[in-house]
Amino acid sequence: MLHVAVASRAFRRYSTYRAATVAGIFTNSVFGVIYSYAYLALWRANPSAGGYDSQDAVTYVWLGQALLMTIALWGGGATDDLAERIRTGDVAIDLYRPVGLVGWYLASDLGRAAYHLLTRGLAPTLIGLIAFRIALPSSPVTALAFGVSVVLAVVVSFAIRFLVASTAFWLLDQSGVKVMSGAFAIFFSGMMLPLVLFPGWLGTLALGLPWASYVQVPADIWLGRHSGADLASALAFQVLWAVVLLAACHGVLRLATRKVVVQGG
Amino acid sequence: MRHLRTYVQIAWLWIRAAWQYPASFVLLAVGNGLVTGLDFVGLWIMFAHLRDLAGFALHEVALLYGSASLALALADTAISSVERIGTYIRTGRLDQMMTKPVPLLVQVCADQFSLRRLGRLTQAGVVLAWAGTYVEWTPLRALVAVSMIASGTLVFFGLFVGFSCVQFWTTDATEFANAFTYGGATVTQYPLSIFPREVLVGLTFVVPVAFVNWYPCLYLLGRTDPFGTPDAFRFASPLAALVTVGAALLVWRTGVRHYTSTGS
Repeated sequence: MLHVAVASRAFRRYSTYRAATVAGIFTNSVFGVIYSYAYLALWRANPSAGGYDSQDAVTYVWLGQALLMTIALWGGGATDDLAERIRTGDVAIDLYRPVGLVGWYLASDLGRAAYHLLTRGLAPTLIGLIAFRIALPSSPVTALAFGVSVVLAVVVSFAIRFLVASTAFWLLDQSGVKVMSGAFAIFFSGMMLPLVLFPGWLGTLALGLPWASYVQVPADIWLGRHSGADLASALAFQVLWAVVLLAACHGVLRLATRKVVVQGG
Repeated sequence: MRHLRTYVQIAWLWIRAAWQYPASFVLLAVGNGLVTGLDFVGLWIMFAHLRDLAGFALHEVALLYGSASLALALADTAISSVERIGTYIRTGRLDQMMTKPVPLLVQVCADQFSLRRLGRLTQAGVVLAWAGTYVEWTPLRALVAVSMIASGTLVFFGLFVGFSCVQFWTTDATEFANAFTYGGATVTQYPLSIFPREVLVGLTFVVPVAFVNWYPCLYLLGRTDPFGTPDAFRFASPLAALVTVGAALLVWRTGVRHYTSTGS
């Protein structure tokens, strides 16, 4: 119950900035249009690149724009608050609360993600639907699986951002690591280019890394490229990374609290 | 000229300050270089599936990409903190700056000057140099190339300054500006022949990023314009730069005049 309360407060906190939301939707849509034309040119020249057709490709673009903020691709979200609290030493207060730190921040980040999904996720998808006739999920099962996949995407992304923020325990400042991590996230999530286009070993590698859960896996589920056992294994891939990375978060936190003297204390 | 010297002095101060944290400085520069480096890898992967993108080969797209990326990096380095003007307004720092005997824009541009774009500059330079080996150089083409980089930098400078002024009126909707600044930068990575004619008209007359690289590159590559626009456009980049910067300065002045302190 506590975590639900934390999540709903985070949801409301982000919903305060209406103008920012509208501006963000506008920007997402402009980028959606730019990438749509780029992909249309690519798929006009090679109509079956990566096993997608041109409608799949355009759908992929708009799903990417819709998920960009939800999964906090550039970093940010609840973990930025954490990094700042580590820097100022306020994290000491968080640490002696009778609730787990990871669970607390995860709940807060899920609340934020829910807000971003309903606004900056839904609106660009509608614009893509009207302007570029993107594909819709073919069955309720597909739609449901997509929903589950997005939640898992947020959890995986949260765990990575939590680890990045934790570097502040040692470096005091997460910004350098955050930029590096953002670069990898953009490239290996499939945000820049669908991972199905990556050739040879690079493609195999990219599809096995945790970032694939951000955009490529949910988008492929939406497009109906996974079904039956294949769908289950796509979701299991995300669950696996979520579990491994959350365990790493707990491990790092234990290490940090044992080794590090909190600033100001 | 006097203002330029002040600018350099303030900028140098910030470089020395940043160097107090060498690890962070290096990580940021490398990280930014990585972002843009992977950007180009993305284009390269695209070409693993294509012979040409809307009629343009990889080395031609590289020329477009390198020139725009270099211009963007130069402009981005020059403007430093302009994008964060909203924060300056909120914290009252802008008031402080107004009391100093240096033009406000010079101060904001020099404030927290950082070489974080060093990575992008290097990467763009390398891509441009490689693409340049495919160009059949003539003296006039060399001149157009130099004017292209200078004009492109000024166009981006104008866009960043102009659209950052939105923050004088609202501190909330800052992301609106990104659609034009970073959106404009993204557009210039591709041959504009991927877009319909209406988009090209917009990119020529409204947000004039087509002059950053598209028109001059058509001349450098000796290509006919797929949209059939007048040949004069290929040499019009300096004019577009002047108009953009002029408009941006006008907006800036209006913004500053409109500005009333937060009062705190």
